[in-house]
Amino acid sequence: MGLKIVVLAKQVPDTRNVGKDAMKADGTVNRAALPAIFNPEDLNALEQALRLKDKYKGATISVLTMGPGRAADIIREGFYRGADQGYLLTDRAFAGSDTLATSYAISCAIKKIKDFDLIIAGRQAIDGDTAQVGPQVAEKLNLPQITYAEEVISVENEKIVVRRRLERGVETVESALPAVITVNATAPDCRPRNAKLVMKYKHAKTITERQSESEDYIDLTADRPYLNIEEWSVNDIETDINWLGLSGSPTKVKKIENVVFQAKEAKRLTPADEEIDELMKELIANHTIG
Amino acid sequence: MNNVFVICEIDEGKVADVSLELMTKGRSLANELKCKLEAVVLGQDLDGVEAQLFPYGADVVHVGDDKRLAPFTTLPHTSMIVGLFKEEKPQIALLGASTMGRDLGPRISSALQSGLTADCTSLVIGGHEDKKAGKSYENLLYQIRPAFGGNIVATIINPDCRPQMATVREGVMKKEIFDAAYTGEVNKLDVDKFLKPEDLVVNVLDRHMEKSKVNIKNSSIIIAGGYGMGSKENFNALYELADVLGAEVGASRAAVDAGYAEHERQIGQTGVTVRPKLYIACGISGQIQHTAGMEESSMIIAVNNDPNAPINKLADYAITGDVMEVIPKLIKYYKQNTK
Ligand SMILES: Cc1cc2nc3c(=O)[nH]c(=O)nc-3n(C[C@H](O)[C@H](O)[C@H](O)COP(=O)(O)OP(=O)(O)OC[C@H]3O[C@@H](n4cnc5c(N)ncnc54)[C@H](O)[C@@H]3O)c2cc1C
Ligand SMILES: Nc1ncnc2c1ncn2[C@@H]1O[C@H](COP(=O)(O)O)[C@@H](O)[C@H]1O
Repeated sequence: MGLKIVVLAKQVPDTRNVGKDAMKADGTVNRAALPAIFNPEDLNALEQALRLKDKYKGATISVLTMGPGRAADIIREGFYRGADQGYLLTDRAFAGSDTLATSYAISCAIKKIKDFDLIIAGRQAIDGDTAQVGPQVAEKLNLPQITYAEEVISVENEKIVVRRRLERGVETVESALPAVITVNATAPDCRPRNAKLVMKYKHAKTITERQSESEDYIDLTADRPYLNIEEWSVNDIETDINWLGLSGSPTKVKKIENVVFQAKEAKRLTPADEEIDELMKELIANHTIG
Repeated sequence: MNNVFVICEIDEGKVADVSLELMTKGRSLANELKCKLEAVVLGQDLDGVEAQLFPYGADVVHVGDDKRLAPFTTLPHTSMIVGLFKEEKPQIALLGASTMGRDLGPRISSALQSGLTADCTSLVIGGHEDKKAGKSYENLLYQIRPAFGGNIVATIINPDCRPQMATVREGVMKKEIFDAAYTGEVNKLDVDKFLKPEDLVVNVLDRHMEKSKVNIKNSSIIIAGGYGMGSKENFNALYELADVLGAEVGASRAAVDAGYAEHERQIGQTGVTVRPKLYIACGISGQIQHTAGMEESSMIIAVNNDPNAPINKLADYAITGDVMEVIPKLIKYYKQNTK
């Protein structure tokens, strides 16, 4: 029996390249102005899964993502690099989820996938910067967790051995399976797309995407079932609706402020000797230095 | 019941700085809420650990001392704290945003179905009006944090679920002795009552800790270099200045990414937070993610060849010029005018 891996990957706005137009006048984020990307550390997570697939014959990888319809891109990106299956969890009922409601929905979807040995998530998503979803999913599934993984060393005899990165050191831990691991940015980067896989999977679509296409595409999955991206709404998974979306989110955003500097008047100096000397003299006199 | 709790971290028998910083914060929150401050310490060989916590205003120190609790693994610590919290029902629980706190915090919050806000930069008590539900709340914990890559600051609340949980990075709060003679009670936890056999499925096989060489957090003068330094070699000018002034060298992320300085020196949102007496920013533009970690410095001097660099808005003195021209002049003057 091959190792069954589920990778959790999120589509996020690229907060690292925030331009001037990224904030609206009212101080909220203009998501439309930011490109949607594969969360960077989820690519590190995917790479760890791909390495296990290279190493252990028969291992398979499923990519699970929760988000709007266009998040199906994440699953295609996964296919292009070697994932075998994709699940898109999408429903208005999930809107407004905080990390707890997100992890609840994801854990319900994983229960439906049912057959898995290992769940690999990124350490944190760059839009929220919380690093909470991995451990919260682990708790909801009652599984052990290994955070900050840098390398999965082995998965043998029902045990996984992982090297993890701590603030001031490294640790090697061993856990029973199934388990949840979260992967750090210090882990190896993800391999690029594979041209053959891009050819094979470029028409992989969810049912919603196929329905908005021409007839030919709708039929494609009949003889090529691998082109189907599973799309699950809230009705496809077993949940308690009270734990989802806004109502299932204990944390609420009370206020959002755009970041502005409280400008104060700096004393302006040039590099001229007299000015530098005067400054140093002052700093020594008032005991700031010396 | 309904007190403020700090989940403490132990590093070689000593309560970690980040935990003591949270004790100081917790004490002032508890005073404002007119409740007690309680600390939780889990590990092994913890005899007398309460003595480290009482001066910071702990009214109760809960100690779980057992070999199954060290070195830290997630599940046993989660079971202990979840068990304790079910009995004690804290209104607020704080943890360090350390590798341990950010591993443990979400696990506890998930088990208790209560909200957790990561990496807060400020914690304040305040009220809330929920007009839609027609409810009003008093004495909520405002959990204030940067979000969206530091482009916004959000105030998060947990109106209905307890405890209200938050993690805070080392250096963000100030550590201050509350009363050197303060004492409280010790509550020895019954570890067997809370631990389950299945909590022990994760084993630490091997562990290498490196002692940190740089100590920018506790330095009263910091010379920080950014991408504008231009090269690793030019950073040597900063080490020389730091050397004569008895300072430490810090860096922006762009400088660290470019390989000019080690990661340990990074200051800012994803590095350390510092508040020295003097901060000299050399070739640093002053993006919010950087300034978040240094804006509370008592005095800021910026050296930048762009007169409109954002750092100048924060600076007390803005020297407009080339770093490699200015820094040697600072060194020269100091050497000539002090013994
Ligand atoms: C989620 C997130 C977290 C982040 N966390 C951090 C963090 O913790 N810390 C951090 O620092 N950054 C962080 N950043 C990055 C931050 O946004 C900036 O990119 C970074 O701080 C810029 O560094 P810099 O000022 O050195 O470089 P630049 O922005 O490139 O600025 C260089 C400056 O040097 C000046 N200069 C150039 N040549 C000279 C010269 N010869 N003499 C004098 N001046 C010169 C230029 O005018 C310019 O102002 C983070 C970003 C994100 C998205
Ligand atoms: N909507 C989502 N869909 C799939 N995975 C997610 C989602 N949100 C978070 N994750 C996973 O959880 C990790 C941590 O996210 P966060 O807690 O938001 O920082 C991410 O790196 C992903 O692996």
